[in-house]
Amino acid sequence: MTVTATHEGPVRPTKSAAEVAADATQRDIRNCWLLCAPALIVLLCAASGPLAIMLMYSFLKAGDYGGVLWTFSTEGWFSVFVQRDIFDETLSLADAHVSIFWRSLKLSILTTLLALCLGFPTAYFIAMRPLQTRNLWLFLITIPFWTNLLIRTFAIMEMIRNHGIINSLLKSIGVIDEPIQMLFTDFSVMLGMTYVYLPLMVLPIYASMEKFDFRLVEAGYDLYASRFRVLRRIIIPLVKPGIIAGSILVFVPSLGAYVTPRVLGGGKRMMLGNLIELQFGQGRNWPLGAALSITLLVIVMAALLIYVRSVQRRDGGHG
Amino acid sequence: MAELGMSSAVTRRAFSVRKMTGFTAVAIVCFIMLYAPLLPLVAYSFNSGSSIALWEGFSWRWYEAAWRNELVQDAAFRSLFVATLASTFATALATMAALGTTRTRAYRGLTAIYAMINQPLMVPEIVTAVALLIVFAVIKTATNYHGLVYLITAHTAFCIPFAYLPIRARLEGMDISLETAAADLYATPWKTFRRVTLPLLWPGILAGAMLAFVISLDDVVITEFVKSPGQDTLPTYMLGQLRRVITPEINAISTVLLTVSAVMVTFFFFLNRKKM
Amino acid sequence: MNSAKGGPAAVQALNVSKVFGEGDSAVVALDNVSVNIRQNEFFTLLGPSGCGKTTLLRLIAGFDHPSNGAILLEGEDISGLPPYQRPVNTVFQSYALFPHMTVAGNIAFGLEMLGKSKPEIDATVTDMLRLVQMEELKDRQTSQISGGQQQRVALARALAPHPKVLLLDEPLSALDLKLRKEMQIELKRLQHETGITFIFVTHDQEEALTMSDRIAVMSAGNILQVGTPRDIYDHPAERFVANFIGETNFFQAELVSVKKGAGKIKLASGKTITATVPDGLVANGHITAVVRPEHARIVEPGASSTLVGTLENIVYFGTDTHFHVALGGEEAFIVRMQNARDDAGKFSTGMNVGITIDANAAQVLRD
Repeated sequence: MTVTATHEGPVRPTKSAAEVAADATQRDIRNCWLLCAPALIVLLCAASGPLAIMLMYSFLKAGDYGGVLWTFSTEGWFSVFVQRDIFDETLSLADAHVSIFWRSLKLSILTTLLALCLGFPTAYFIAMRPLQTRNLWLFLITIPFWTNLLIRTFAIMEMIRNHGIINSLLKSIGVIDEPIQMLFTDFSVMLGMTYVYLPLMVLPIYASMEKFDFRLVEAGYDLYASRFRVLRRIIIPLVKPGIIAGSILVFVPSLGAYVTPRVLGGGKRMMLGNLIELQFGQGRNWPLGAALSITLLVIVMAALLIYVRSVQRRDGGHG
Repeated sequence: MAELGMSSAVTRRAFSVRKMTGFTAVAIVCFIMLYAPLLPLVAYSFNSGSSIALWEGFSWRWYEAAWRNELVQDAAFRSLFVATLASTFATALATMAALGTTRTRAYRGLTAIYAMINQPLMVPEIVTAVALLIVFAVIKTATNYHGLVYLITAHTAFCIPFAYLPIRARLEGMDISLETAAADLYATPWKTFRRVTLPLLWPGILAGAMLAFVISLDDVVITEFVKSPGQDTLPTYMLGQLRRVITPEINAISTVLLTVSAVMVTFFFFLNRKKM
Repeated sequence: MNSAKGGPAAVQALNVSKVFGEGDSAVVALDNVSVNIRQNEFFTLLGPSGCGKTTLLRLIAGFDHPSNGAILLEGEDISGLPPYQRPVNTVFQSYALFPHMTVAGNIAFGLEMLGKSKPEIDATVTDMLRLVQMEELKDRQTSQISGGQQQRVALARALAPHPKVLLLDEPLSALDLKLRKEMQIELKRLQHETGITFIFVTHDQEEALTMSDRIAVMSAGNILQVGTPRDIYDHPAERFVANFIGETNFFQAELVSVKKGAGKIKLASGKTITATVPDGLVANGHITAVVRPEHARIVEPGASSTLVGTLENIVYFGTDTHFHVALGGEEAFIVRMQNARDDAGKFSTGMNVGITIDANAAQVLRD
């Protein structure tokens, strides 16, 4: 030990220990806010703030060539579900809107169910792989998730076109003479959304299966349960959080889908997203578009809230 | 006796506790379904004919066509420019936010900060897109500025959560006593950050930046609504082209984009797999 | 406290309290603790987990700030200084070695931060590597060396800036038994060679007794007793201390007289024996006393025996044997005797036996 350090001599503090401790905590919290501030400002400008302004726009009057007139009006909200006849001003249910709402809801639910039917066994399959290869399988699920949504929709479009691979194949083996019209139907939209959002179902289910203790299944078999009963009574209840998470993750973007129904629905099979776009484009009814957007947002938030509640209840229940 | 014989015949295939009848088949269908549609897409990008249904032989002509197409060039550069700037900004902001939201005691407002950062993940893209359209339309009219700043701002905002998540995960996995040790060894807070926190956080930051880049590069909806006329990115250019007669040129562009995403995600995957 | 004897103070805690949280959820980690740690001593904070020993260490290091009271380093108040301005270094329980630096890089870190010159840093790092016998591994990554080696690097890193005080937070708890024994001796050697004050935190009583110059036994945010290992073991002043360190027999007795810390106590059997009495206790009847099992002897019942009972159980431990003697109370009195070669089978269960207690072996508790 030849080296001695020269230390700064301790400074006699003028504050009491309690004050120093309180100051340190205050400073920490202030620093945290300062660190978050830039991100929050950008998000406020380009995410949260615009939503608030859109809410305001939904209560304004539509301009003749798009945009708005700065007068208060509930016309936008009014016309979400009700339409006024151009000639006699009578009111009737906006059939077009209702049917689009209904299609959006129907297709989103069907997509979620289909994705669940495909995704659950796939997640199970991955969870059963030996540890060395499990990551590879997972990786194969992840890659499509990170590749361009438009390209994947385009790929599906090419598959199911009238002169696409599926029809050609069916024709060549003589199952059909005329191509089946799959593109521009509800079916094609649902198929496309399932294809695009499937990884979102598999990943959370896998995540909760990974933590699953397989000795419980052995215990189930030991207690005379059949495979089906083990699945129903043991596995599904225990991976339920993953199932709910996956379902929400598929349902939410399906409900707000825009690209997939536009490409695969061909303008006829509109969903909510396309209806909203229409109001900002040809429809030139920005307040209605804003009101529709907020309606969509509310439905999505309600779904997320149900999810959060169900997670909290479970956490609370198990202490 | 007969029953016993049967059961022994059945159990010759050993009972597997882990297997569920039919699950493997569904899983294989699922994997095929995920990749099968991409194969013809890629294959036809090399078609020498101009059809995306009729194979006429191998050629690079559509890649050349895309390369020479000024609209494509333009869109590609714009895509790269926006994605580079947006992912850089988003990563910087997300890194700071991650430092401000992890490893501290919960403070008032933390939940609100989380909610704001994750908002772009929760709100449907179309909703954000039209909200931005409204706001930017006002600003565009007021300032008469129609540049790329709108796109870059919007992309930065929705890239923040994607950059934030891996960085935060990395920070949470980091042993806080390392920073305490640095402070104990006479490192000032800034030096602790430079010499200990940042080097250890680097893989997370890189991963976050790559995810943000891929997300920005692939975005269609928000770009479609925010862009001023003549500001197509590759995805919005393609979306426009899908309404016309489709040539394998689109397949060629798609294949390039697919490759870029796949390479970056693969890189991300291996980066994250490395132990802390 | 007893700062008058045994050299100047290195670290003093003056009425230090630490409360975590606020309101109803507040937890008192340290409750008005005062302690005086002398220069160049190996001082151990001993106690079960949650007793506040690590909190006290963190307050000395500056990682936390006391809610009340002051921490003094060589007489100066350092309560307001951040950790990087305190000439105090820590060896962490998890070692906290920087994974992105080599062994040498870790050891050099503190010196670099102090702004030392390159040759000086190199010289000190070489010294330190020699001190902990790690010269060959200096260019290894910290993830490529064993737990024991990591421990040495952590020590070298903390010693390199030559701090006034070295804080050690349960540094041996992650090592296996054999390595732990080695490191105990190693730590004593390092402390001796460097002359630095060591403050060592542990929950392992044996470790504390082996290594320390003095021990402070802590419980529930308080320091119960400070003393040399012998003091603490032979003369525990509190029930908790007697219970926490080693095995002990508790028994009720009557304090008959006290004179200068030595007293006479009358046992239930009517016999009177000498005992050590803590400061400030006066002869006023009922007390609890303790005797270590090895300070008693088992004998044939007779006039010489202090206590008489029935031999309930004999437990063989190889080097020694434990005799459980029922005295009529709730718990059996345990006597530990070394196994001599030829006295096997002298006593058997069910026998009536006597117990004698060594002179001054009994200790009266403060209660």
